[in-house]
Parts: sequence; C-alpha cells; structure tokens
Amino acid sequence: MSKPQDKDNTKTRAVPTVEPLRLGQTPSQTVGPFFHPVLVPEAFGYPFQGIVGNRIEACEQNTQAIVIEGQVCDGAGRPIEDALIEFWQADSQGRYGHPADGRGGNTSFRGFARAATGPAPHHRYRLESIKPGAVDSAQAPHINVVLFMRGLLRHLYTRIYFSDEAAANARDPVLALIPEARRATLIAALQETQGDDKTASYRFDIHMQGEKETVFFDF
Amino acid sequence: MPQRLSPGPGSRDWSSHPPLIAPAYKSTRLRGPTRPLVPIPASLSELTGPVYGHESVGPCDHDLTKNAARDGEPLGERIVVAGRVRDEAGRPIAGHLVEVWQANAAGRYVHKADGHDAPLDPNFFGAGRTVTDAEGRYRFLTIRPGAYPWGNHDNAWRPPHIHFSLFGPTLASRLVTQMYFPGDPLLAHDPIYLAVPEKARARLVADFSLDVTEPGFALGYVFDIVLRGPLETPMEHAP
Ligand SMILES: [Fe+3]
Repeated sequence: MSKPQDKDNTKTRAVPTVEPLRLGQTPSQTVGPFFHPVLVPEAFGYPFQGIVGNRIEACEQNTQAIVIEGQVCDGAGRPIEDALIEFWQADSQGRYGHPADGRGGNTSFRGFARAATGPAPHHRYRLESIKPGAVDSAQAPHINVVLFMRGLLRHLYTRIYFSDEAAANARDPVLALIPEARRATLIAALQETQGDDKTASYRFDIHMQGEKETVFFDF
Repeated sequence: MPQRLSPGPGSRDWSSHPPLIAPAYKSTRLRGPTRPLVPIPASLSELTGPVYGHESVGPCDHDLTKNAARDGEPLGERIVVAGRVRDEAGRPIAGHLVEVWQANAAGRYVHKADGHDAPLDPNFFGAGRTVTDAEGRYRFLTIRPGAYPWGNHDNAWRPPHIHFSLFGPTLASRLVTQMYFPGDPLLAHDPIYLAVPEKARARLVADFSLDVTEPGFALGYVFDIVLRGPLETPMEHAP
C-alpha cells in the first residue's frame, strides 16, 4: 500500500534518498536431535570425520591444561541428552586465532571445540582445553559458549568463567552487568588438579530454567 | 568496559527469529530460558569467531550422493541445492564453511536415537560440507530427504528439510537453520516452521530452479542465506 503523497515534501525533495540495502536475516531453527553423527561424530562413535572435536590443543609453552565437564538441565531439572555446546576461546595469553584480533592474534591457535551431551554417562559433556588468558585488561579469563539443542529454536550465548579467578571475576565488566545472585551461573567450579600435567578439572552445569537458570547474553 | 570495535555487529533482528518458548513445539516449554537475555557490549570475544575454510573440506564432501557410497548409489531423488550466503548489506560471505545434515529418502537419519522404522540406506550418511566461493555461493548434490514422524503431537510429521550450519565472520553471525521445499503441505502443520514470524517464514523455503537443475540428472533448488551483519555500518548503495 502506498502512503498518500505529501505534495510539499515531494516538491522539496531534490535528492532521492537511497535506502541502504538491508536483506532480511535467515531465521534460526532448532539443531534438532540428530546432529551427533555430523557435528560431534567421534565422541559418539559415528563413522564420519567432523571438522573439530572436543579438544583444543595448546600451541605455546607453559599452558594450564583444563577439563570442563557438566550437564545441561531442563526446567524439570532433568539432564538433557541432546545438547550441542560450542566453545570459542583465546590462547593462554588472551589472543584469539582470528584476523579481527588486531594485537597480532595467534592464528595458529584453533580456539574452537564442539562437545555434546548424549545418552551416557550421565548425559555429560566434556571439553579438554587450556586455560585462556585475559582478552583485555578489563575482562577476566573466560570461554565463550554457543548452545544448541532440540527444543531450542535459536542458539544461546553464554560464558564460562573460572572459580579460581575470583579477583579478576570481581573486576569483570560483563559479570558486573549481571545481578549478583545470578553471577554464579557463569562460574565453573574447580574440582581438583591432578595428573602429571596438573590438569585442572572444572564443573560447569547449564540450567535452562528455574532458580539456577543460566545467564544468556544478547550482543 | 571491554574493548569495543565500533560500532559492533548489527543486532539480531528478533522479528525474523522464532521465540525461545513456542508452546506448540513442546520441547521448548522446559528448554527455552524464561528470563530476558542480558545485553552485553561486543568485545573481541564476540567480534572474533571460529575460522574454517577450504582446508576443512575434502573434494567429495559437498556430494552426499557419493561421500558415503559403499556399493552403489543411494536411493531416492537426486537434487542440487545451491545458493548464496550474504550479510544483510548484500555482501558475499566468501570462503566460509557451510555444514549440512539430513534424513535419507525414506525419512531416516543415521542416528542411534532415530527410532523411525523406515530403512537406512547403506550408501547414504546424510552429511555434507562445503566452502562458499568468492561470491558467497555454495552447492550441494544430495538426495531429497523424506518426511519423518516425531512425537510432538498426534500424527506429527516433520516436513522434508535439510539442516544448515554456518559460522559467518564472527561469533555473532553464527546460524543454524533448516531449509524446506516449496509447496509442501506439511509446512502448514509444522510447529518448528510455524514458530518463525510469518513475514520471515518464506526465507526458509527453497525455490525450485530450472537454472540449477541438471538436465537428465537432478532437479535444482535455490536456498539463499542471509547472516547477521556486517560489522561496519553498511555503505549506502548507489542508485
Ligand atoms: Fe531433522
């Protein structure tokens, strides 16, 4: 439907305004329950080679090996058996393997991994990685998380911080945006340090709903 | 505040995306978060992202009719699915990974949890990937997937679809979606498709195309994808 013409406006409009081209975003849809054979094949024994597994390899000296495990729970508190979790992180010095990191990012570092919950054991996911460094002078070390699952029509973003970084967490500007009572939902709890490489293992559960509902971001 | 790369990614256009809780799609009821998302300024963490290009695909990865063939060709109707990946300003997303997965012609996934008693196809795995060219174009050769039943409601059937996963330039441009086929009567009954705001639904339905159709070989469908962005304010296009 065309708007009624405003004659004055038409007369005085010497230069036609050009709308910048703006295409409509393709809508998100759920990842569904059947992504494991393609997106996380190795972990679930499917005969296919994915682009990435659940391990982020260090490519520098003196890194802290970490393991993060946890469950993703629904609003009834039940562990979810088909959640896909993607991890994106900086190297031990806080550099991303991406050209937009203008500080001379570490392009040989692949800071990406995929893990998923599945039928066993205990519907737990597992990430093997290194502790990231602080990305800038303000932010505490963290791992960026993208979450997908059957029943989730759009993916969600959240972050994993570390319980043994209390001082840095207290200064972190993103955590500061979150009501204090909910900050703990983003902090992985250090369980123990073990093995020859002194791997630090953390527990990080995600709660979709309820009292402990995880904080998810919009950016 | 975190370091900011001005002016940050274009925001997600919520009017183009489904809600987190869409009661007709039952699984969303206990899985969609109930509290509002917390807005955060985009820092390097959000404005970088995984980079997967040509090194991550093999020569046959885009051809699902061949990439799992053991002793013959998969059964079903061969199709070509092609399209362009662009940002909202129409600029091609070049050199980026596109991953797809789907059911076979009978509507069955290679997945231990798929309980549908339709047959598996020994020559079809249902996984593909490719990298967009300089114009953002991609192309897959595959088998038209079948519809499959699911437990959402009485006599529920998913319309035939292909799952797509794309990264785009940053974490903010990540997208997982599904492509549907034109003229499918099941679309009007599918709560996953219907959860998308009406004005945006057609963007999920591929167009039949004689140009993409390979004579004597396979029907062609075009599915164009628009990712959120760009990161900079788009230049105004000349008339
Ligand atoms: Fe599906």
